[in-house]
Amino acid sequence: MRQDHLISASHLSREDIEAVLDRAADIDDDPAAFRQRHAGKVLGLCFFEPSTRTRMSFDSAMKRLGGQTVDMGPVESSSVKKGETLADTVRVVEGYADALVLRHPSEGAATMAAEFVDVPLVNAGDGAGQHPSQTLLDLYTIRENAGLDDLTIGIMGDLKYGRTVHSLAEALTNFDASQHFISPESLRLPRNVRYDLHASGAQVREHTELDEVLPELDVLYVTRIQRERFPDENEYRKVAGQYQIDSETLEAAADDLTIMHPLPRVDEISPDIDDTDHATYFEQAHNGIPVRMALLDILLSQDDD
Amino acid sequence: MTDDHQLRVSKIRNGTVIDHVAAGQALNVLAILGIDGTSGEAVSVGMNVPSDRLGRKDIVKVEGRELSQSEVDVLSLIAPAASINIVRDYDVVEKNRVVRPDAVASIISCPNRNCISNADEPIRSRFTVLSDGVRCDYCETIVREDEVAANLDVN
Repeated sequence: MRQDHLISASHLSREDIEAVLDRAADIDDDPAAFRQRHAGKVLGLCFFEPSTRTRMSFDSAMKRLGGQTVDMGPVESSSVKKGETLADTVRVVEGYADALVLRHPSEGAATMAAEFVDVPLVNAGDGAGQHPSQTLLDLYTIRENAGLDDLTIGIMGDLKYGRTVHSLAEALTNFDASQHFISPESLRLPRNVRYDLHASGAQVREHTELDEVLPELDVLYVTRIQRERFPDENEYRKVAGQYQIDSETLEAAADDLTIMHPLPRVDEISPDIDDTDHATYFEQAHNGIPVRMALLDILLSQDDD
Repeated sequence: MTDDHQLRVSKIRNGTVIDHVAAGQALNVLAILGIDGTSGEAVSVGMNVPSDRLGRKDIVKVEGRELSQSEVDVLSLIAPAASINIVRDYDVVEKNRVVRPDAVASIISCPNRNCISNADEPIRSRFTVLSDGVRCDYCETIVREDEVAANLDVN
């Protein structure tokens, strides 16, 4: 990768992305070859927001590379509670680790943190901003199931606040992908992502109804619409109900449609889809391990050059 | 622009005239430049003065201070048509247009309340200048040209 950090998918070139995905494929083929790759190295986990799968998968990925992790623990029991700035926290923790993974509720937190540290830093989610390591595993999953070029993808749900959506949409501009965005009017893509998509010349269309586009799709990427985005319960139920899928919805879909979801899901994908060939979200979650191993391997190997 | 219009605000002997400012932006121009009168310079402001080019315009004259190009370039965000006249002994000795800078720092606050630049961190707000607005270097929020004045961080 060109840079020392992974902050935003908008910084990634096609070559950067393929380097990580190819390395992940090597790891999938022969995980034993990577088992001692980063023995003696330590990854610092700084999660200022609750996280289960991202934190666990980075932890697992580092350990499978032979390394170890140190975890800041929950914010409630850390010095953040005493009023320490993020800038100070990361400057202290970089002394304990060879690379840092940061999740923070404020947009731009990872960009700022990277200005204060010399070790590689991975943005594991900054508010409603970006979540680029999720995007790499999403792209790996898409490449395995549908291919990244000549791709027609539908991205549905909360496009305004969904950081996985922002990162995925920007990364896909590196490929020959036609992107369809399906959401209620109030949760359309934010201005900055639309600006980037437009500037890149990406093929983009927006819809409010899934059935306008479902038959054309190779991949449907579903995200959760959160209750707190709506002024009242009724409004939420009315809107969220339109963006749920079940086996009946899929009657209009292509037989080889790949359905993805960054998880956790609530009720946007009915469990009756789980046993169909469309369901790819658990495979997608499992891909977090080889992809994050590949990412860490590349970032941590920069020191050795 | 005629002398008649110029005379609505008194002539200055030495200093800077910022002309062709979009109507209504004169006070923002002073705010961006950090000119609030406390350092004693004489400041004249004309607002909604008739202009051939702009219909109505604002004009700002600062006595005894020659503003540098880098000081005035930031004005291009709120007054892209502004011209800068350096006056010595009542004569205009230099006339420049504002040039859009590539980036601005500590001038605009990010309108995204959840941006890290609005938290209590040891950083300054920083924006990259686009053709029709600016973009926060931290959270990537885009502020359109017509929204910049409402988000100035200089008061």
